[in-house]
Parts: sequence; C-alpha cells; structure tokens
Amino acid sequence: MILTKAQYDEIAQCLVSVPPTRQSLRKLKQTFPSQSQATLLSIFSQEYQKHIKRTHAKHHTSEAIETYYQRYLNGVGRNGTAPVLLELANEVDYAPSLMARIILERFLQEHEETPPSKSVINSMLRDPSQIPDGVLANQVYQCIVNDCCYGPLVDCIKHAIGHEHEVLLRDLLLEKNLSFLDEDQLRAKGYDKTPDFILQVPVAVEGHIIHWIESKASFGDECSHHAYLHDQFWSYWNRFGPGLVIYWYGFIQELDCNRERGILLKACFPTDIVTLCHSIA
Amino acid sequence: MAAVLESLLREEVSVAAAVRWIARSAQSSEAAALRSLRPLRKEFVPFLLNFLREQSSRVLPQGPPTPAKAPGSSAALPGRPGGPSRGGRGARSQLFPPAEPSSAAAAEAPPARRGGRRRGPGPGRERGGRGPGGLEEGVGGESPPWAAGRRRRSSGSPGSPGRARSDPPNLSNLEEFPPVGSLPPGPAGRTKPSRRINPTPVSEERSLSKPKTCFTSPPISCVPSSQPSVPDTSPWGHGLPPGCRSLQEEREMLRKERSKHLQQSPTPACPTSESGSPLPSRTGNLTAEAADPARVSSRQRLELIALIYSSCIAENLVPNLFLELFFILQLLTARRMVAAKDSDLEPTPGAPDSLESPLFQSVHDCVFFAVQVLEHQFQVLSYLDKGTLKLLAENERLLCFSPALQGRLKAAYEGSVAKVSLAMPPSAQAVSFQPETDNRANFSSDRAFHTFKKQRDVFFEVLREWEDRHEEPGWDFEKGLGSRIRAMMGQLSAACSHSHFVRLFQKQLLQMCQSPGGTGGTVLGEAPDVLNMLGADKLGRLRRLQERLVAPQSSGGPCPPPTFPGCQGFFRDFILSASSFQFNQHLMDSLSLKIRELNSLALPQPEPSDEDGESDVDWQGERRQFAVVLLSLRLLAKFLGFVAFLPYRGPEPPPTRELQDSILALRSQVPPALDVRALLQQGLRARRAVLTVPWLVEFLSLADHIVPLLDYYRSIFVVLLHLHRSLVLSKESEGEMCFLNKLLLLAVLGWLFQIPTVPEDLFFLEEGQLDAFEVDTVPSEHGLDGMPVVDQHLLYTCCPYIGELRKLLASWVSGSSGRSGGFVRKITPTTTTTGLGAQPPHTTQGLQAQLAQAFFHNQPPSLRRTVEFVAERIGSNCVKHIKATLVADLVHQAESLLREQLVMQGQDGGDPAQLLEILCSQLCPHGAQALTRGREFCQKKSPGAVRALLPEETPAAVLSSAENIAVGLATEKACAWLSANITALIRREVKAAVSRTLRAQGPEPAARGERRGCSRACEHHAPLPSHLISEIKVHSSPPPCDVLSLAVGPRDPEEGISLDHLEQLLGQLGQTLQCRQFLCPPAEQHLAKCSVDLASLLVADQIPVLGPPAPRGLERGQARRLLHLLLSLWKDGFQVPVPLQLLLSPRNVGLLADTRPREWDLLLFLLRELVEKGLMGRPEIEACLGSLRDAQWPKDFSEELATLFNLFLAEPPMPEPQLRACELVQTNRGTVLAQS
Repeated sequence: MILTKAQYDEIAQCLVSVPPTRQSLRKLKQTFPSQSQATLLSIFSQEYQKHIKRTHAKHHTSEAIETYYQRYLNGVGRNGTAPVLLELANEVDYAPSLMARIILERFLQEHEETPPSKSVINSMLRDPSQIPDGVLANQVYQCIVNDCCYGPLVDCIKHAIGHEHEVLLRDLLLEKNLSFLDEDQLRAKGYDKTPDFILQVPVAVEGHIIHWIESKASFGDECSHHAYLHDQFWSYWNRFGPGLVIYWYGFIQELDCNRERGILLKACFPTDIVTLCHSIA
Repeated sequence: MAAVLESLLREEVSVAAAVRWIARSAQSSEAAALRSLRPLRKEFVPFLLNFLREQSSRVLPQGPPTPAKAPGSSAALPGRPGGPSRGGRGARSQLFPPAEPSSAAAAEAPPARRGGRRRGPGPGRERGGRGPGGLEEGVGGESPPWAAGRRRRSSGSPGSPGRARSDPPNLSNLEEFPPVGSLPPGPAGRTKPSRRINPTPVSEERSLSKPKTCFTSPPISCVPSSQPSVPDTSPWGHGLPPGCRSLQEEREMLRKERSKHLQQSPTPACPTSESGSPLPSRTGNLTAEAADPARVSSRQRLELIALIYSSCIAENLVPNLFLELFFILQLLTARRMVAAKDSDLEPTPGAPDSLESPLFQSVHDCVFFAVQVLEHQFQVLSYLDKGTLKLLAENERLLCFSPALQGRLKAAYEGSVAKVSLAMPPSAQAVSFQPETDNRANFSSDRAFHTFKKQRDVFFEVLREWEDRHEEPGWDFEKGLGSRIRAMMGQLSAACSHSHFVRLFQKQLLQMCQSPGGTGGTVLGEAPDVLNMLGADKLGRLRRLQERLVAPQSSGGPCPPPTFPGCQGFFRDFILSASSFQFNQHLMDSLSLKIRELNSLALPQPEPSDEDGESDVDWQGERRQFAVVLLSLRLLAKFLGFVAFLPYRGPEPPPTRELQDSILALRSQVPPALDVRALLQQGLRARRAVLTVPWLVEFLSLADHIVPLLDYYRSIFVVLLHLHRSLVLSKESEGEMCFLNKLLLLAVLGWLFQIPTVPEDLFFLEEGQLDAFEVDTVPSEHGLDGMPVVDQHLLYTCCPYIGELRKLLASWVSGSSGRSGGFVRKITPTTTTTGLGAQPPHTTQGLQAQLAQAFFHNQPPSLRRTVEFVAERIGSNCVKHIKATLVADLVHQAESLLREQLVMQGQDGGDPAQLLEILCSQLCPHGAQALTRGREFCQKKSPGAVRALLPEETPAAVLSSAENIAVGLATEKACAWLSANITALIRREVKAAVSRTLRAQGPEPAARGERRGCSRACEHHAPLPSHLISEIKVHSSPPPCDVLSLAVGPRDPEEGISLDHLEQLLGQLGQTLQCRQFLCPPAEQHLAKCSVDLASLLVADQIPVLGPPAPRGLERGQARRLLHLLLSLWKDGFQVPVPLQLLLSPRNVGLLADTRPREWDLLLFLLRELVEKGLMGRPEIEACLGSLRDAQWPKDFSEELATLFNLFLAEPPMPEPQLRACELVQTNRGTVLAQS
C-alpha cells in the first residue's frame, strides 16, 4: 500500500490524540475502509508513538508522577476492581502500559528499600503476577492488554510480525532461486552491518541493481524511514552497494527518491527481477 | 638572435644546418655563419617563439588596443613599456626587454610580470600570456604602441577591411573575447600556469609597469623613443645573455612586487574594470575575413620561418608541442587582421630577408604560415582524435591553401578509429565490505572495530552530502563538512584504525576518480585550483571566491594548472579539512606502497608480430589494463604529491635569496616521500617510461616552488628534459618508442614545463647540463615503451587539454568569438575499472620458472594470463578447500575432544586457554597433511580450468605444458601459504570452536536448532503467530475476538465472545504450533503465556460469552472442553516451556475470589489434569499452593483455598468433580471424595 504524502497526511490528521485502544482502531478502520488494516494499524502505532515521544517528558515530572500515584491510590481505594489505571491513562492521554510502568515504579519505590532496577520492572510488566500487590497486578495487567501500541505484548507482536516477514521473504528468495546470505550468516562472517539478506549474485529490480534486501514489517513514514536510512540503509549501501527495502505495510511514495542513489523501496516482493545470465550469447 | 633568423632569411644558412645548430646535434658541421653566434644557441628558440607571438598579436583577438586607451596610448608611445629601441639589429633582441619605463597606468597595474608569468593574484590574464601568443596584449589597458600608432593614423592595410568598421568589437575585453581555450577573466585565470619561454630580465622600472607577457612584447617595428632608465638595455643584443642582472635578482624583484600586490588587493578585481576602460557591450558577430592564398605577402620568408619553426617543433626544441599546435590553429582561424594604420607596416615585398617588416601583414599571411606549419606537422595531426581531424579536414581555409594537406587529413580522418567517446562514467559505488580485511579480527579491540564502523558511515555520509551540495552556490566544504570530518578523524586514535581508514579512503579514491573527469555524475568543471597557489590558511575565503568566479563551462586551456576536477575535489578538500598529521602520514605511506606496487606490475609482454585478429583482441585487453594501471598511478601520484608537498605549499617562492638558501639547506636533508628518482631511472632502464613518466609528472606538478631547486628533484627534471628532447616523433626505427607513447610523454612533459612552480629557465637549461646526461637505457625489446599501449583514448584522458585544439577549431566553425567550452564537451573518458590487479605478479623461481618464461615467450600473452590467472585462483581455492575439509575435520575433532574433556572434568572444564593448548598440541601436527592434500587439489583442478579457458585449437603439447605450469604455480602458491600458515589457521579455528562450545555450555540451552520445521507436507497455511497473539490479546479484527482484553475489561455490556470463536481460536493455535514456519521463540513464549492467562480466566469464569439473551459465563462443560484443548496444546503443541505455575499465581487464583459463587471444581480439575498429563508434578503444584497461602486473602477465601489444597492432596482425580464453594466449606473431605 503506497500512499502519497497527501493521503498519508489525511490519515495522520485523524489520529491526533486518539487513545491506543481497540475502540479507536475500530473507528479508524471505518473512516478509511479502502486502506488495508495492517497499514492503518502500523500508521496508527507510529503516529501514537510520535505523540508519546512528544509528550513523554511531561508525564515524567515528579509532580505528575505524584499526582498520578495519588489518583491511583484513591481510585483503587474506592474500588479495586474498577479500571482505575487504564482510565487514568486515557484521561491524561498517555499510553496505558507506560502509565502502568510509572505507577509500578512509584509503588515499588514506596514499598521496597532499594529503588527497583529496570529489569525487575520489565519482568513485572511481562508477568504482572510477580507484582507483590494483587490489586496493582490486576490494574497493570489490564493496562497492558488494553494497550495496542506499547507494552511487552505489543513488542512481542511487532517482533513476531518482523520475523514472519523475514521468513516470508526468505521463502520467496528460495522460490526464485536467488542465493543469499542471511543475517546470521553475515554476522558469523564478521560483517559489522547486516541487512536481512545479501544476494550472492546481484539482480536488477526495475532496472536498478540490488545487492541486498531489507524487510520492514511496518509502514514507511518519513520519521522512521529517515532513521532507517541513517542507521541501516545507507550503512548497507556503504558496504554492499545499492539495495532494496520492502516496507510490507506500504510507505509514502515521495520517500522513494533514492532509487538512482541506490536505495529502492517496494511494498511487496518485486515481480520484475532480472538475473545475471550465465550463458554467453 | 635576430641575426640568426636573418641569416636564414637571406639563405646564408640552410634551415637544416640551423636546426642542427640549435639542437647541438652536429657540432662539427656547424655553419660558418653561425659559429660566432654559438653562445646564443639556447636563446634562439625562445626568441623565435616570442617573435612569432608578437608578430601575430595583431591577428589574434587580443591584439588591438582598448579603444578607450587609444588616444592616451599614442601619446605615451615613447614611453611604452618594453618598447625597444628601434633600428639596428641589436634592438631586435630586445624582445625580452630588460627594462621598461613606468607607464601612466603603472601605479594601478600589477607590476610583477615577467615573461607572461604571474603567480600572485592580479588582474592580468596569466595563462593567456603563456598560451596563445599575444593574446593578452592590451589587458589592463595596455596597448601595443605600434597598434595605437596605426590606429591613430587610420591608414590600414588593404587587407584589413575591418578597420573601417564603425563599431569595432572591443577585442581586448576579455570578458567578451577571452583568449581561446582560456578561462574567463578573474582570479580563476590567475591560477593558470603562465607560459614563459625564457627568463626575461626585468628591471625595477619594468616591474612597476603593466603586466607584460613575453609573447606580447612590442614588435621590433615599434619605435620606443627613449630607453628606460636602465643603461644596459640590450644584453642579448651584444650577444651575451646574462648581461645586466642575475635572474635571481629579477626574481626577487618579482617576488617583492607580488607580495606587495597580494597585500594591496587580496581580492583581486576584475581586470577589465581595473583597466579603467569603459567596456562596450559585445558587438554582435565577428565575421571572419576570407583568406586568399593569392594575397599572401612575402611567401618565401613565411615558408622559411615556417620550416625552421616546424623543425624546432619536430626536434622537441619547444617546450610544449601542443601549445605550438594551438598557436598555429589560432593563426589558421584568425578572424581578421587588426586595422593596420601604420604605413611602416605596409608590406614591403622587396625585402623578404628583412625582419623590419611585420611577418604577418594580413590574415592571408597568417593562414599561409599556419598551413605551412601544419603540413610539416601532419604526422602529429594524423594521430589526433577523429573529431579534430574532421574539423581540420573541413576547414575551408586549409582546403583553400593546401588541398593536398586537406586530402591527407581527410584520408586520415576516414582511416581513424580514434573516436574519443563521451560516454558517462559509471556512478560512484562505495568500497565494499570485505570480511577478510574488515571484520572484527582485523581490529585490536571491539571499540576500534565499532569506531571504524561508524567512521565508514560518516565518511560516506559526508561524501553523499558533498555530491548533493557541492555545486550549490554558497556551499562551502569546510563550513559544511569540516567539523564533522575532524570529529570523525579525532576518533581514529589507534594506528591500526588509521590504516583501516586510509585503505578505505584510497580505495574509494581509486574507485571514483580514475578518470580525470571524476565521476559521481557531476563534474566540477576544471576549476582552476586557487589552492595550489595559495596557502591553506586562506582556504575558505579563496574557495568561496573561486566558486563565485568559475564559470561552469570553463576549461583549462591548452595548459591548465594541476586541478582536482570532479570527485577528486572531494578527496582534496577532505584531506585539507581533516588536517590530520597522522592521517596524512598514513595516506602517504599507503599511496607510496600502492604506487610502487602498480609501477612494478607485470604488464603485457611483447608479442611476436602476429597480425591476425586474435592478437588484436588481446591487445585491447592489454591496452585497457595498461590504461587502468596508468590512470590509477597518475591519480595516486597526484594525491601523493599533494599530501607530500602540502606542508611546504605557499603562495609564492621565498622572497629573498638568503631565505631561499636556508630553506634549501633545510629541505635538501629531508628524504623524499617516495624515491621517485630511483623509480624514474628504473623505468627508463626497463623501457617503461610510458608508464612511469606520466605519473611522475602528476606527482611533480603538485610540488612547491622550492622543490625544483633541490638537487634531488633538479636531477629528475634534467632527466625528464633529456627524455623530452629524445622523443623525436619522426624517428621510427627498431626499438624506438611507439608514436602515441611518445606523444603522450611529450604532452605530459610539455604540460609539466608550464606549471607555475617549475622554474621558467628550466626548459632552456645550460646545454652542458643536458649533454652531461646519458640515458642509461639498455635497449630491451621487452619494455613497454616499444609496445602500442597508448591509444588516442588514453592520450586524451591523460591530457584533456589536447582537446582544446578541437574546441578552437569548433569555435571557428560555429563562428563564435572563440569563447572556449560549451558547445564542445569536455572529453569524458570511459575507463572501466575491471582488471586492475587481475594479473598477479608471478612468483616463479628456479629453472622451472625460466623454462616457463621461455615457454610463454612465443605464445600469445593471453595464454600466460590465463595460466597465471588459473594458478592464482586455484591456489587460492586450494587454501579455502583445505580450510573447509581438513581444518573443518580437525575442528570437529576438537569439539568432540573438548566435550570429552568437559565430561571428565565437570561442567566448567577448567581454564579455556589451557584447554586450547591441549587441543592444539594434539591437532596441529595433522596440519602437515595440508600440503599433500593441497598438491592433490591443484593437480586435480588446474588442468580443467586451463582447458576451459584456452581456445580449442591450442596444440596439445602447448596445452599440456600450460596445464602443468598452472598446476605448478598453483601448488607453489598454495603450499607456500599453507606451510607458513596452516598451524596458525588450525589454531584460530580451534580457538573459535572452543569458545563456541564453552558458550554453548552456558546457561542458555541451545535447543534452538531442533525446534524449527514442520512436516514436509505442511503448506504453511496456519495462522501467523502475531495474528494469534493479537487475537488473544487485544487488537486485530474483526471484533469481538480480543479475548484477554475483553475478559479483563473494561468492556461494554453487549461485548462478548462467541464460544465458537474461542474454540476456533484454540484450534488455530494448535495449527500454528504444528506448522512452525513463522514461529519464533519469543512469539511462542507469549502464546504460551496468553494460553495460561486464558485458562485462568476460564477457571475463574471470567470469559463473557455472547449469546442470547446477554453475555454470560460459560457452562461448566464448555469450560472443561476448552480447558482440555488447552491442556493438549500445552502437552503436544508448545515447544517452549509453558509457564503453568502462573495458573496458581496469586493474581490468577485471585480472579476466583471475585466470583460469586466461587467455582473451585474447574481449578481442581485443571490441577489434576496437569498432573495426569505430566505437565506439572505434584510437588510443584503443592509448592505453588503452599505459597498461595502466604498471600493475603479474605478470610473465607483463605479457608476455601485451604480446603482445595487438602482436596488436591487427596488422590486420585475425579472424572467429574462437582465442587462448589459451599461444598468445600460445608462438607468434609470424605463427602467430597464420596461424590467423586
């Protein structure tokens, strides 16, 4: 699903300050029925993350934390089974999982002698049954399962999606008889930067030479694409020459501007592949 | 000098004798008339050249005076700068006037001008001065007095119709009529090395006058009424060259003036404005006057001079062959004669032997002379590119004056294949990552490795940014990239990192810049290099200036200064911005090494005159390889010169003799960065001058002013001068250098002699110095010089300035004013980078090697290349083969030995280093097998490869010899490597295996490999894991299926899950777990956890089931069915540990606390099933239940929990337990058991 910048902006406009709940998602799907759901979800997630990055700091001032914690305590004091934490997060426009983390951290500070380590907190978020307070455990759990942009479950889903698409790409390469080295093989050889696949014999896609392929199971928006260019794609180019990036959930058309320079964007596995002919004409 | 010329004109001396005299080649047969003039010999050529330039100054565009200056100049006539005294033979020798009076314009004009050579900034047009003679006349308002006089008198020659023109074009306006092939005016032009033929003595007075080029000295016919204040005005007139002042003194004067000028005008203004003359706008077309052979005056005289001039060219007595050709073509394409108004200048047909009358009295004369010379130079012309030949052959004047020459040119054009193509160079690619040199093993620490990783990325980022932006107006390299580059260089602390970075830098340089146009799509134009002239401290400002002033179409003219065109500019600026001593040193080391390596590369061997097509095919390959090597060498040498001389680079030579001497004393003890003299001598001896000299010239072209004065380099220049003289093109004999090879050397050497830093007197050295030199060449047929390795393409690639000839001719055709560039594109060579280093230097030894050499001697070179190639590859593959077989086996042995060891010694196995030693001592001796196996491998593989690569008709004996040699070479190569390295290789691999094995012993069980894969028949249609997690967890579609979030709430009253959907979901989970195609461990772990959560929700009856009438809890039977499904998934589906203990976590059990009435039987059922299926052990469950009691619960809940605990402890599980909270509380244990 390749969107023009204008189309993308229209979608992004609808996502301003929408909480990351399944209800919001449902609404978005109704608004843009023609777009694929995976694309919408990916854009939604990215936009929400941008929003959170912008507002992150204000939720982490000590005053804010204190306010949230008191509200939480008051809320569960009134009714421990009510979705206190989730509603608090939605009310202050912050990701429920992150809100859960704030409260959990604050809670542990109060109840333990030593300040909790990051790994302890992460572990408790992954498995709320480790949280010493049963009520808080339920609250946290509720936040995590209701957050569609952050949290250990979402991370896992993203990871799984990424992995699945890599597997998919590998199968397609095998099907096309294109021999390649995958990330693990490259790492074993000591490469310092490793795209998902390096083709052992380069091919041409739409007239452009391709030495490597990177699979991205997300939508390519400006922000993420530029970060990827800087951290990954150009680094690959610097070592292996021109290559192909597949944004399985689409990308903004205007970003595909480095074709001549050696970075080609596609939203699917290319069909127009020209391989080197071994027979001499 | 004029005396010599006049003797010639009077036919007292034959031309041949004169040339012999000049060339000092036949001392014995010296003509009597010349004997007395012997001390003048070395002055003759400069005299002749200057004479011609001056004579032509009226014809070539810059000749006429600036209109605004005309009146004034006539008045100032007596005091004209450089005006020699009239009359008398001696006066003619004052073409290099020793003294000049200061003129009115002196104060504002840059004074330091001698022989057209200028280094400092100033409005003058430096290169015009040295280029086309007389082109610069009138610059800065100075007009030649004779011209002014004529104009004043309005009595032009009949052959100058243009004089009546009402609105004459302002030809001295360089903005509009720049000298052909030169740059637009401005500081850009300043940087051109100026031509000077001979050191011209300059007086202080002269130095204050207008800039003066040596070619533009006033002609002898001009009458300077008063001689300048220097008494000895005509040193040469008395036949004693260094008459008045030492050159050194003059230089010092020059320097003073230059520095003065530098201070006065750091930002030089446009010369035209400085001249103060109003500049009329361009006046339309400049029609060319028709040239008519019938109207040529004094043919005989012109013929004679053309002959002697041509002879000088042929004998390489002129510094730059192509400059003279350019001059001749300028004469050929002269548009019109400047109005000659001086009756003195009327043709004097009666006196052909006289030099009193101007040589060129009309355009007809010019063209006649030019065609005469061209006839003599036909051989050179015929080797020019096809485009130039075509333009020459189509030139109507040439046709008109010499149909015969035109015919020959036409034939040459038709026969020529030397089309210099304009194909675009390939786009820039990055240096590829090579694990052999770039992986972690090549770095001293992880930190160094990761630093270099980042540096590589920064380097290319900077390069890309440069590519994008360097053409933007106002963009500045230093400002835009400087700090980033320095920050990056700052991280290179370890020497090892420097060498890595330098390797990257050098490789990228070679990859991008092998052709002079650079690549990367855009070419900077041949921007004159201000930086060559001025110190790096003024860098930023000057660069901005340069950018502002360089016109995109500018080209360097026939003698451009050394520049860094295209991508080379990036690398130069990078070095400057980095300003890192360490980097420069490493770079010099690396460049020197690579130069040595390439310079000694075995290049094609001579081939017996085999005229069939195949050898030609081979030669194409040889030429290409030669071209690649040559271009690489030139590039590397240029950068080596740039870096090596960078610390000494300054705007100008030292101001005083004393200072210079002390600098010389200091510098003479510094060893050269690369012993180029030794390499040059080697090259000459081995007859590889055609390879060595071009890169040496590049290296020297970047030298600073002191370098040519140092003994070491001076001796190199002497050698080069001698070589230049010896490259007589007309000599063609056995063992001579090929014509184009010579032409290339003449072109590059001629160019070098024009470089500003090369002393101007260098070319016309004392003859003694030259005579003393003996070329120590052993005539060897095997040298490259005797082989046709240079073609037109390479010639033009190396010397793009030769293309100026074509531009000049093309501008004639197009009728333009001679502004260079634009319509004729610069030659962009296309050189492929393949094949570089493909031919390894062979390492043959002993008798066998000699026999092999002899064998190859009479075979086509391709055979040798094939064999060497096969040997190299097979040898290399052999090593890899040994690594993959023998070494791999040893590693396996090592692993099993290690495992034994570990079993014996317990898990930790002891010190890894010690383990390694034990293993190596056992295994390394097996390495000895490598040599035997390697020999076998080479024996087996080489013959087939040779057979496949050689033509089928290769005779059997030749073939088998070739095969045997290939086997031998491959074996030698492989065994040499193996015997030296096999132990280390085994050690390294075993070490890696040991650490791998030890790591695998660690906490993480390496069960990963086995998990993957489903049955063969599987078509991977199972739902994707990510989809399932989403379904179970929160989002995804279509609702309602977000089981956990629905169950956990909050939810709308009408929200719920259908039972079917739940069952379907678990079914899908089963499929996914079966088809493991897309499953990765984290996803599986989460699925497992979610399934446990789901089970807990089921047990606690927390799943809202859709259904009429409203969402409700599950019926117990339904719940059991679902739990059964989950249990079997846990048992057979999951391959990761399922966190079943979470079922009894306080949180999940706590879910039950909220239900009313509490349903315990499902939990009990579940626990029993877990034990039954072996998913959890009883003790494990008991421990969990035990710890549950520690949690804080409502009192009633605690009691019920305790009962459950007791119930569970009682065996066995009941098939259908109907257990309610009330029962737990109210009935005793026995009752419950009875019910079950």
